[in-house]
Amino acid sequence: MSALFSPFISKPDTVSAIMLRVLLALLPGIALYVWHFGPAILVSIALASLTALGTEALMLKLRNRPVMHFVSDNSALLTGWLLALSIPPLAPWWLVVVGTAFAIAIAKHLYGGLGNNPFNPAMIGYAVLIISFPAQMTHWLTPHGLGPVEVGFLEQLKYMFVGALPPNVTLDAVTMATPLDTLKTRLHLDESVGQIFEMPIYGRLAGQGSEMVSLGFLLGGLYLLAARIITWHIPVAFLGTLFAAAGIFHLADPAHYAAPLFHWFSGAAMLGAFFILTDPVTGPTTNKGKLIFAAGAGLLTYLIRAFGSFPDGIAFATLLMNICVPLIVLYTQPPVFGKKAKASGKEKGQP
Amino acid sequence: MRTLYQFNGGIHPPENKEPSTQSGIARAPLPSKLVIPFRQHAGAAAKPIVRAGDRVLKGQLIGMPDGFISSAVHASTSGTIAAIGAQPIAHPSGLPDLCATLIPDGREEWIAHAAPSTSLRTEFDYRNSDPAELRQQLRMSGVVGLGGAVFPGDIKLRPGNRKIDTLILNGAECEPYITCDDMLMRERAAEIVQGAEMLRFMLDAGEVLIGIEDNKPQAIAAMRQAVTESGLPFEVVVVPTIYPGGSAKQLIRVLTGLEVPSGKLPTDIGVQCFNVATAYSAYRALAHGEPVLSRIITITGNVRRAQNFEVLLGTPVRDLAALGEALPDTDRYLMGGPMMGLPLASTDIPLVKASNCIIAASDKLFPPAPPALPCIRCMRCAEACPADLQPMDLFWFSQSKEFDKAQQFSLFDCIECGACSYVCPSHIPLVQYFQFAKSEIRAREQDQQAADHARERHEFREYRFEREKQEKAEKLAAREQAAKQAQPAVPSMNPADAMQQKIQAAIARAREQAAASKPKNTENLTAQQQAEIAEIEARRAHIHELAKSAGEHKKE
Amino acid sequence: MLSALLVMAGIAIVLGAVLGFSAVKFRVEGNPLVDKIDAILPQTQCGQCGYPGCRPYAEAIAAGEADINRCPPGGEEGIRKLADLLGVEFKPFGGGTVLKPKSVAFIDENLCIGCTLCFQACPVDAIAGAAKQMHTIIASECTGCELCVAPCPVDCISMVPITEKITTWKWKYPVYTLAQAK
Repeated sequence: MSALFSPFISKPDTVSAIMLRVLLALLPGIALYVWHFGPAILVSIALASLTALGTEALMLKLRNRPVMHFVSDNSALLTGWLLALSIPPLAPWWLVVVGTAFAIAIAKHLYGGLGNNPFNPAMIGYAVLIISFPAQMTHWLTPHGLGPVEVGFLEQLKYMFVGALPPNVTLDAVTMATPLDTLKTRLHLDESVGQIFEMPIYGRLAGQGSEMVSLGFLLGGLYLLAARIITWHIPVAFLGTLFAAAGIFHLADPAHYAAPLFHWFSGAAMLGAFFILTDPVTGPTTNKGKLIFAAGAGLLTYLIRAFGSFPDGIAFATLLMNICVPLIVLYTQPPVFGKKAKASGKEKGQP
Repeated sequence: MRTLYQFNGGIHPPENKEPSTQSGIARAPLPSKLVIPFRQHAGAAAKPIVRAGDRVLKGQLIGMPDGFISSAVHASTSGTIAAIGAQPIAHPSGLPDLCATLIPDGREEWIAHAAPSTSLRTEFDYRNSDPAELRQQLRMSGVVGLGGAVFPGDIKLRPGNRKIDTLILNGAECEPYITCDDMLMRERAAEIVQGAEMLRFMLDAGEVLIGIEDNKPQAIAAMRQAVTESGLPFEVVVVPTIYPGGSAKQLIRVLTGLEVPSGKLPTDIGVQCFNVATAYSAYRALAHGEPVLSRIITITGNVRRAQNFEVLLGTPVRDLAALGEALPDTDRYLMGGPMMGLPLASTDIPLVKASNCIIAASDKLFPPAPPALPCIRCMRCAEACPADLQPMDLFWFSQSKEFDKAQQFSLFDCIECGACSYVCPSHIPLVQYFQFAKSEIRAREQDQQAADHARERHEFREYRFEREKQEKAEKLAAREQAAKQAQPAVPSMNPADAMQQKIQAAIARAREQAAASKPKNTENLTAQQQAEIAEIEARRAHIHELAKSAGEHKKE
Repeated sequence: MLSALLVMAGIAIVLGAVLGFSAVKFRVEGNPLVDKIDAILPQTQCGQCGYPGCRPYAEAIAAGEADINRCPPGGEEGIRKLADLLGVEFKPFGGGTVLKPKSVAFIDENLCIGCTLCFQACPVDAIAGAAKQMHTIIASECTGCELCVAPCPVDCISMVPITEKITTWKWKYPVYTLAQAK
C-alpha cells in the first residue's frame, strides 16, 4: 500500500532520530563527568531512564494511547537524562525516581503528552526536588583527589540504594557543595572572590572537574549546532546575556562578583544553553522570540546566582521564561510573504 | 549578470527527472474512447452545445464559455458523442462531473478553416489586431494556464491598473518527476518564443524574462538559441533549482525581487507570469487557429518506459499507463508530482488540461509515511515555508478548529506546496489540515452570507406587511373621509334606492376589475394550447375530488 | 505616619483618576447583545426553537428566558458559539431534537392548486406564485425551514436534501491512524 496523500515523499527524519542525536550529544559531557567524578552518575542516568520509560508507558496506558508508538520517540529518555545530570549523583535512589516520575507524569502527560506541555519537564522535576528535598540536593560528589576520603563505586551504590556508608565515613567527607554553592556561602561570610578562588575546588576557570564537564557539554552543543538540530539563537543569546550581566557586575566590583567565564563554565550554564533552553516544545517558535527568551533566561540566571538564595538559577530561569513564551511568540511573528512593508527585499541570492 | 533574489525556505527533494528525459516527446496513439470534462479550467464549467449522437470534427467547439471566468472546450478528435453525462474526473472529492464521451472514428478530421499544423497562416498578423479580439480568440480556443492552475489565459491578459513592466515565462518546473515543460522547451523552443512575443504584445509588457531551473541545461540552451534566432530582446534567466521555485509568486520574487502583496495579483505590481506551455498553446491558437486539444504529459515512476507523450485531452489514464508500461506492482496513479499530486481513484479518469504528469506509485517507490506524532514545535516547517508562514501555528489552530486565529496567522497565504509536510519529523499531514481549514472557512463565509441574505428578506417581508397594514388603514380612513364629504351632495332618496345604487356601483367595479385582470391572450388559442388547458382543468377537477374525498388524510 | 497616609491617598487619587479617564477616553461602544446573538443564528426563520423567527429567539436568549440549545439548524457549532458569546456552559441538544440535513423545498407541480397558502407562510418570500397560478420555490432563497409544508392542502411540497457537488465540496477533517487497535 503506497502513501495515501500528498506529499508522497518526505525527508527520512523522525522525532526519535532527533532525540537520539541529542542524547549522543550529551555523551562527551557524561564521559568527562565519569572521568572526574566516578561512575555514580551512570547509575543515576540508568535509574532515570528506567523510571522515565516506565512512567511514560504507564501514563500512556492510562490515557488509552498506543504505548510503543509514543515511548519509542525517545523524548522521555531525554528528559530523564537531563534531570539525572542536574541532580547530585550520590543522591538516594528515590530522589531520582521521584523527580523523573513527577517530570514525566505531571509536567508532561497531565498537560497532554509530547508537544503539549508548556513547562520544561526536566526543570519542573528539578524544581520540585530542590524545594522539597533541599538537603539531599546539596550532596554533590567530590572530584577525584580532592576529598579527604574516597569511596569506591560499590560503596557509592550501597549508599544510593540502602543509605549506608562504610564505617567511619561521614557524608560530609565524601560530598561537597558545588563551586557555585561554595562561592555563595563564602561571599556571605564576607570573603572576597579572589580569596575564595584560591580554594582547591576551583580549577583554572571554574570548579575543578566541573569546568571540564561544562566543556564537554559545550562540545556536544556545538555538534547539535552543526547537525542543525538547534539554531544559534538560544545559546548565543543566553551565554551572551550571562556574560554581559556577569561582566558588568564583575567590572564594577571584582571582589564580590565572579568573572563571566566562571559563570559560563560552572553549574548548568552550558547544559542549559544547549540542551535545556533549546527544548523545542517549551521554547518560542520564532527566531526573534528565541533571542528574547534566552536573553531573559540568561539575565534571570545571573540574578538568581548573584542575588537569589539558590546556588544555580537555570531551572527557575527556564521555568519563568516558559511562562512568557506565548506572549513572546505572539509579538515576534515574522512578516509573511506578500505582507512585508517593503514590496521588494534586496537580499542578493546566488545566480 | 542579472541579480537573483531569494525566498525563505524551500527544499531539495530528489529530482528523479532522468528516466523520463531519455527520449523525446512521442505522440500518443488515438485511444478508443475520450471522456472530455466540461470543467477543465478555473471558473464556471463550459456549457455543452452538442448532444449525444452528434458527430463532431477535430477542434470543434463542444462547450461554450459560461461567464466571465470561463473557457471553451473542444472535441479532441473527430467522432461521435456517445453521451453527455456525469463521469468520474480527477478531483479530490471523487465526485463526478459533466463530461462528453467521444468515440473517435479514427479519421482525425479537422474542422474547417484551421490551417494544417505545419504551415503558418501568413495572412494573420496579430500585431495589427485589437488585443481584445485576440483575447476573445484565446478564450474560444480554450487557452488556459497549463502550469496546473488552469486559469483562463484571456483574463490574465486584460489590461490592469498599471503598466506591465515584466512578463515572466515560467520554465522552472520545480516539482520532482515532472519533465513535460523541459521537453517542450527542448523541442519546440521557437514556438514558445513566438507565443511569448504574442503575450507580450497583448500585455504591452516591457521586458520578457524566461526563468528556467539550472537542472535543465539542454532546455536552457534550446531556449537561448530560439531567442537569438528570433531576434527578440528576451532574456533566458537561469534560476537555482529549489522546490517550490516554480510557484508563480516565488519565481516573481527570484527574478524581480518583488513580492506579490497578499490578496493581490501580480499585475498589481507590474508583473505577469505564464507557463511556457501556455505560451506555446497561445501561439498555436493565434498563428494556426488550433484550439487546445492536447498537451504534453509525463508518464513516470514505477514504469518500464518513462517518457513524455503528447496526449489528446480526454484520454483515460489507463491508456497512458499502458504506453509507459506500468509495472505490475503499481497500486495507484498520481496526477501531478509527488509533492502536490492527486491520487486517482481509478484508471478511467480522463486526462485534462491540468494534468502535467502521471506517476505510477508503488509501495517501494512511495512507502507510506510512519504514523504521525504530535507536533514538537521544532520549527523545521517554518524554516522550509516559502511563504514565510508559521505552519506549526497554523496546524495547532486548524486542528483545534480555531479558524479566526488561523486566518489571523495568514492561512490563506499558504500555497499548499507541501514543503512543510516534507520536512516534518513527526510526519504530520500538514497540508491536509490547511486544506480542511481553508474550505471550512470558505463554507462558513458562504453560510454567513446566506444567513444575512435570508435575514434581509425576512426583515423586508415584515416591513412589507407593516406597510400594507398602514396603507389599508390609510385607504379606509380616506374612504370614510370621502364618504362623509360626499354625503351632503347626494339627493336624499329612500334607503332601498340608495342600497340599489351601492349595489350597482359595486357590480360595475367588479366588472371593471374582472375585465382588467382577464388574461389577454385567450383569443386564438392553438389546438395544442387548448388541449393543455383542458388537461390542466381536468387535473384541477381531479384534485378537487381527491381533496374533497380525502378527509382525514394525514401527512407523513 | 502622616507621610504614609498621604502617600497612600495620593496613589489612590492618581490611580482613580487614571481609571476614570480611561473609562471615558477608551470607551468601546459594543453592539447590543441581541444583535450579536442574532448574527450567530442561521436565519432559517423556521420556528423550531418555539419562537416566531430568529430575532424573537435572540431576544429571548438575551433576556435569559430561552436556553441556547433550541436551534437545530445552527447545529452544535451554533450552540458553542452562543456559549462562547454568553460565557455559559455548552449544552447539547435536548432528547427530542431531530437534526435534519440541509434541504430545499420542492413543489410537485402536478399537484399544486394555486391556493397561495404556502407563500403566505414562507418567512423569506422564497415562493413565487399568485392566486390560481402555479407556485414554485425559488431554490436559491429557500432556507429549508419547512414552514410551507404544513399549510399546503394537497401536500405537494416535499423537502429535498442538498447533495454535495464539486463546487460545494469541502475537505474533511484529517483523521489518521496512529496504530492498529489490538
